[in-house]
Amino acid sequence: MTQTTAENSARKQRAQIKVRTLRTDRWWLAPALTFTGLMTFLVYGFWAIFDQSYLAEPYIAPFASPCLATACPEGARLFGLAPIGDWYTWPPGLLILGLPAGFRLTCYYYRKSYYRSFWLSPPACSVAEPHGKYTGETRLPLIIQNIHRYFFYFAVIIGLILTYDAVLSFRDKDGNWGHVGLGTIILLVNAILILAYTFGCHSCRHITAGRLNHFSKHPIRYKAWTFVSKLNAKHQQFAWASMFSVMIADLYVRLVAKGVINFPFA
Amino acid sequence: MGYKAKFRVWRGEGGEGRLEDFTVEVNEGEVVLDVIHRLQATQAPDLAVRWNCKAGKCGSCSMEINGKPRLGCMTRMSTFEETETITVTPMRTFPVIKDLVTDVSFNYQKAREIPSFTPPTDVKPGEYRMQQIDVERSQEFRKCIECFMCNNVCHVIRDHEENKPAFAGPRFLMRIAELDMHPYDTADRKESAQQDHGLGYCNITKCCTEVCPEHIKITDNALIPMKERVVDRKYDPLVWLGNKIFRRSG
Repeated sequence: MTQTTAENSARKQRAQIKVRTLRTDRWWLAPALTFTGLMTFLVYGFWAIFDQSYLAEPYIAPFASPCLATACPEGARLFGLAPIGDWYTWPPGLLILGLPAGFRLTCYYYRKSYYRSFWLSPPACSVAEPHGKYTGETRLPLIIQNIHRYFFYFAVIIGLILTYDAVLSFRDKDGNWGHVGLGTIILLVNAILILAYTFGCHSCRHITAGRLNHFSKHPIRYKAWTFVSKLNAKHQQFAWASMFSVMIADLYVRLVAKGVINFPFA
Repeated sequence: MGYKAKFRVWRGEGGEGRLEDFTVEVNEGEVVLDVIHRLQATQAPDLAVRWNCKAGKCGSCSMEINGKPRLGCMTRMSTFEETETITVTPMRTFPVIKDLVTDVSFNYQKAREIPSFTPPTDVKPGEYRMQQIDVERSQEFRKCIECFMCNNVCHVIRDHEENKPAFAGPRFLMRIAELDMHPYDTADRKESAQQDHGLGYCNITKCCTEVCPEHIKITDNALIPMKERVVDRKYDPLVWLGNKIFRRSG
């Protein structure tokens, strides 16, 4: 097979190989699976935001927590308070989901995954991207990715609230402690995965001690950094695990609230 | 047990060339570079290939095997099916000199553009005292064998020749990170990483990490930490305020 081309003058000194890639493995599989996974999450999230069955005491669906308006049922309100007041009558998720969504959108791992699977920049290593021009994260809008750490601060708060929700799910409908249902376990596992994902964030790693050049002068911060680094090494796995766990937990609570799931230890 | 393998090798000079088909003997335990050498010895005496140590430590025999950047000396033939046609091409990001040999001087140029280690003026050579935990982060980056496969695979320059003047590539952004993390380096690397060496072009798709034969976590341990340091300097008003109040250097 003869392959000679001269695509453009700037590149003519490179080996002129006309095909997009010479890879023979299934390089398209990972971006295709990533695309499917992320689209599933987006479609589910869009539905969940507008679904009103988010409370099945003692469980509250993660996509509706914290519920901050007077319009929320009493059992769904964070600490029983409604700081937003009664003017807000839209779904509670609409008010708060921008924060965890922004955290994931600007996350270094998710950036890799959607740059590859949605924007094909590149779709896989040594597979040519289809774009004629590339400026990366040097200008608007992608330069905004640099605010990731601010989303991290909010994500910590959301993660702690979901943990609080999981702890409250150890109470029964009447508020007595000692209840353990399948929902309790699902919410607890979800909270752990969300925290593992959140605290394994690259920004968290930087904030703990990554920004320092003298670890030896800050032994406690160094210890925190080594712990975060361990979580960070599994950041991709926690990103996927927590994305599915929050979806499963949310759907489970809504199905309980709708009466679809109604077995005794739900 | 030996067998006859089908090889397709890019032959040409100065960019113009073609893939040529060969059938060549393969013996047990051999690597792709061994087969390329047998090709030279038996069928294509003028085939150009750069190599040196045959131990994965000199970084000379970088090439693309079935489309993936690999070291020829570290790619075992046993990882391929005997019936498979193995395509070997030069690195795609750099100009071809001849056949599998590319001109990697782009990398040396970029290396020269980075200011060298700059110790404090009041510390004399021999007076440096550092704890192991302070230097081990940078030591990971010192494992680099300069094979330049990370720069070759990076789509910023692989797919966009026009970005070469503005982008140093993962190899040299890692070098900047190494120096910036060094306890005794006093040069300001953050501003120049972004402005002069194109850190903002990196969209952290991790191909550099995937191809690194030394398994250096280039993206997680060098590029992202460096991006975060740049955020400290340029994009985070709270850090800026903290630096002003506590008179820290950013």
